Amino acid sequence: MNELVTSRAKHADGSRTARRGLRVLMVEALGPLTVLGGIVWAFAQPYRVTFFYPEGKGFWDWVVQPPLLVVLVGLLFALLVAPGIVDDLESHERGDAPSG
Amino acid sequence: MLPRAEIAHWLFAAGFLFFGLVLLAEAIVGPDVFRRRRWRAYLWPSLALTAGIWLWVIAIFSTFSTLHLFAHALWAQAATAAGAVQLAVVRGRLVSAYWSLVTAGALFVSGAAFLVHEQNGWLFNRSAFLHHLLGWTLVASMLFPLGAALLPRRAIWAFGFAVTWIAVAAMLFADRDIAPIFGHLSDLAGGGPR
Repeated sequence: MNELVTSRAKHADGSRTARRGLRVLMVEALGPLTVLGGIVWAFAQPYRVTFFYPEGKGFWDWVVQPPLLVVLVGLLFALLVAPGIVDDLESHERGDAPSG
Repeated sequence: MLPRAEIAHWLFAAGFLFFGLVLLAEAIVGPDVFRRRRWRAYLWPSLALTAGIWLWVIAIFSTFSTLHLFAHALWAQAATAAGAVQLAVVRGRLVSAYWSLVTAGALFVSGAAFLVHEQNGWLFNRSAFLHHLLGWTLVASMLFPLGAALLPRRAIWAFGFAVTWIAVAAMLFADRDIAPIFGHLSDLAGGGPR
């Protein structure tokens, strides 16, 4: 074997690592992409955000502002759900026992 | 103090978006990794059951129209049934992949309820357009749990199911009580565009 010819096992390990890396990246990207989507929406349609157009708005308009809800959902996912899934993906690859 | 219909739709949209992101993460890492923490395994059945309970609450307040009352009650029943069956699947009480057919049936009933209870055409106003679009999206999306029941090992069903809920969330976020769609707003829709 040399730098051009590697064992099949080593090649399989490499592709498995790359696949795991891609899955980690995808899970970690979901939250920030959602937050970004909410921010872009807020700038594209500022009239959907009560803070920008407060005149004549009622209680529910202040509580429920769609672009900010999207940002909130993205943050909740990124902070509460994604880190645990990434940890479990890595420990699953190492063969650790499930937790919680 | 009761919220307008569009406010309720946006709150549901936020819930469905979170639900869709969680399901998408499950599709990416696979059920073995996703269910390593028990609370995550219970997340989708719990969210479906919670959505069912909230839809019952909305059904109670939908007394302005028998058709709306009936449609919301149907959605509540469909979500409750799908959530209950998935809860039993996660607990190991039900093991057959064919139990996905309950979810497929729930999606079909929900989509049909959307289509039947919208009395106006596609371009009447934005709300009517979204009712038609949501209805057909839900009817078409029944293919994903149907596929999961018949060919359980394909990841495409999980991805399709997750993306369906993100699409449903986007449609619900686009909903307004009175607004035009592609420049069309019927004179019968009431009020001016907001």
